[in-house]
Amino acid sequence: MSTPILEMKNITKEFPGVKALNNVSFRVAQGEIHCLVGENGAGKSTLMKVLSGVYPHGTYSGDILLGGEVQRYRGIRDSEHAGIAIIYQELALIPELTVYENIFLGNEIRNGVLVNWNETIKRAGEMLDKVRLKVNPAAKIKDLGVGKQQLVEIAKALSRDIKLLILDEPTAALNEDDSANLLELLRGLRDQGVTCILISHKLKEVIEISDRVTVLRDGQTICTLDAHKGEVSEGVLIKHMVGREIDNIYPHRAEKKIGDVVLEVRGWNAYDPSLGRQILRDVSMNVRRGEIVGVAGLMGSGRTELAMSIFGNPLGYQIKGELRVKGEPRAFRDPEDAIKAGVAYVTEDRKGNGLILIQDVKENITLANLQAIAQNSVIDSNAEIKVANEYKTSLNIKTPTVEQRVSNLSGGNQQKVCLGKWLFVKPDLLILDEPTRGIDVGAKYEIYTLMNRLVEQGMSIIMISSELPEVLGMSDRVYIVSSGRVAGELSIADATPEKIMHLATN
Amino acid sequence: MFFQDLQKVLRQNIREYGMYIALFVIMLIFAITTNGTFVSARNLSNLLNQTGYIAVLAVGMTLVIVIRHIDLSVGFLAGFIGAVAAIALSRWGLSVYVAIPLVLAIGAIAGLITGFPVAQLGIPSFVASLAGWLIYRGLLQLVTEGTGTIIISDPGFNAIGNGFIPDIPIGILPETHKLTLLLGVVAVVLFIMSEISRRQKQEAYNFEVLPKEIFVLKLVFISLLIGAITWVLASYNGLSWTVVIMLVVVGIYHFIMTQTVLGRHIYAVGGNPDAAELSGISVKRIVYVVFGSMGMLSALSGILFASRLQSATTTAGTLFELDAIAAAYVGGVSAAGGVGKVAGSVIGALVMTSLTSGMNLMGVGIGYQYVVRGAVLAAAVIFDVATRRASK
Repeated sequence: MSTPILEMKNITKEFPGVKALNNVSFRVAQGEIHCLVGENGAGKSTLMKVLSGVYPHGTYSGDILLGGEVQRYRGIRDSEHAGIAIIYQELALIPELTVYENIFLGNEIRNGVLVNWNETIKRAGEMLDKVRLKVNPAAKIKDLGVGKQQLVEIAKALSRDIKLLILDEPTAALNEDDSANLLELLRGLRDQGVTCILISHKLKEVIEISDRVTVLRDGQTICTLDAHKGEVSEGVLIKHMVGREIDNIYPHRAEKKIGDVVLEVRGWNAYDPSLGRQILRDVSMNVRRGEIVGVAGLMGSGRTELAMSIFGNPLGYQIKGELRVKGEPRAFRDPEDAIKAGVAYVTEDRKGNGLILIQDVKENITLANLQAIAQNSVIDSNAEIKVANEYKTSLNIKTPTVEQRVSNLSGGNQQKVCLGKWLFVKPDLLILDEPTRGIDVGAKYEIYTLMNRLVEQGMSIIMISSELPEVLGMSDRVYIVSSGRVAGELSIADATPEKIMHLATN
Repeated sequence: MFFQDLQKVLRQNIREYGMYIALFVIMLIFAITTNGTFVSARNLSNLLNQTGYIAVLAVGMTLVIVIRHIDLSVGFLAGFIGAVAAIALSRWGLSVYVAIPLVLAIGAIAGLITGFPVAQLGIPSFVASLAGWLIYRGLLQLVTEGTGTIIISDPGFNAIGNGFIPDIPIGILPETHKLTLLLGVVAVVLFIMSEISRRQKQEAYNFEVLPKEIFVLKLVFISLLIGAITWVLASYNGLSWTVVIMLVVVGIYHFIMTQTVLGRHIYAVGGNPDAAELSGISVKRIVYVVFGSMGMLSALSGILFASRLQSATTTAGTLFELDAIAAAYVGGVSAAGGVGKVAGSVIGALVMTSLTSGMNLMGVGIGYQYVVRGAVLAAAVIFDVATRRASK
């Protein structure tokens, strides 16, 4: 192996209650394309945040060596200064500014205090040539497609004197032509000597482009494979990515009584006008009474968008397709309609759109069904406290009283408050989006037990999850979503981690 | 032990009690610096009447700020509606019982119009209501252009801003207003009974309650306060209609915000609009309701002001919106949304009017008055943010 340009040694990063990175070591050689793969939550993003100084020196243990020198970044500015450029999935361009202004943003070419615009435009043109992008440097970013914007980001990175270019899921939002184009460009840059780290879920492109691949799993380095020695294949990668032993943390369901179809979508399409992109294509799926349906797929595959589009479409997608509840064709204008039809949705982002953090436990639990505790729209505070206490007991929410602000509860207990809120609307179908993200094992077990109890009582559950063991441990049936399509449907008897990963990464 | 409890309670509830204490301190200072003139029956009665038209705006503004918006148009809307009321009474010859519901309805519609671009198109309320500010200012000038000030001669209408409730015609206590005293006693009794029943309920659910001595102290303190205000007012002309209207508005809005589904929805939208929408609450509908109510209260404010002056003027309503916003912030409403009490904003309005009234009595120049009021506003908000942070 040639000399390493980057060496991360024994990196450990802990968050309260979680070890996100456990003694990770990672070496990148000069002039190679090095791919970093792993499931969601494996630690890829955390590792890159350590590298880029988002988590400053001192908040993790271990050493970062760049070109053989130990680095101690206090923030992103330091790592940029040292020559590390990261391009995130969410592009950091300013839509209303021009291409040349964006390329030199924060790195302006100056004459004294003034910006030298002529030189800026000239140099921007050179950078655009380098990334083989033919656009007018004076065009505004918002008028470019996502693929071109991505290239502008790379041009921006190259305009600085960089040692290391890191791309986080660069092709997640791109179509096939743009993806192929981008990969071609990366090869060209490698041949000019640029070292590149690529994080990707698309194993095909990983195999196509990488010189070497490092696999992370559960915050640990599993292995580094060399493509030139023929060590990289899809099977090998998947095996290393999911090869953890599935612990027996899934409670057993006593008996399965699966009934008629409760909710069904057919030919379901959704277009997001704010992104200008088709996010769901021709999705067909159903869920039956007493059934837990798992929806697996990688981040950005359209899972959450699917749930949102069914649950009254609060984000204003343009939807085409058929939705049936218990056989009846329905159209939900807003979440209120969906709730009335017996659908409940526990969102992925508890703090962002699940809870009202400044309010207390009882107010959050009753919010979606206040009429049930009100007479003539006047709230009966005794009834409210009684209801809240019932859920506090039945869900084992650990809080001194139901008058506690939910911001003071732990993640697991916050999640239970969310569940309590949606159980109180007495739904027929409960959609759970990442129901156990960021909560400890004990609370996870309680939530799984609750899910089993609910389906035994005749409720239906759609469980969206990135955690394969959870999908396999809890579901009766699994849909795999990839790029806004249903890539496959597996009965639990047929489902294996390898099959799901294979479908999700294609 | 008692003093330790008291200290602890004060520290834990400093944000809630802070503005009451501030109001008390301000009144005490003015009582001393004006040799008692400030707390004279006549001045306090006047002070409450002056607070009326700002207080009703502050009530509506509380809701607007709770849902993370602002409404700058309310001042000139109040002025314009006051002029419409004057025209309706003096030129169209409408009875006061027709004119008042009519202008309240116009106000509500005006509020819905301000709310429309905010709810439907997502336009910042600052801009939408700034447009309203300009438009209503223009309309006010247009309707008063020909005549200048419009004099209102309807005695019923003018009584709203200047009259007092009638007295019980019996011979005892000739120098005091008996009905006012009676209402004060009823208020104290109702207050004590509701506090005791609330405490019992909380104890039944094992919620944390105030230590007994502190609870009694609180009851005594607030009862004395109500009693003192009642006594002072009763020894002058009694309760004015303005104060009655103010109390009714505060009572209704306090009830809506704390006891009803609508109130809970308003706080939810302010606390987290995305979560509220996903809980089946129509954020749009709440925006309309809140702006509509703001428009109606602007009309009420316009009525109170026109009635007090017994006329509609070309400058009526100038800067009311900023006084109302300041009152809400002094009263503990949070700009981050979801937090704020109607009663607090009324106390905020009282603080701001007390400052003006007290400094007028002291003969402080108008320039200094603005500086002092600005400083008090800044101090109140800084205090609010600091205590909020400490409680996290």
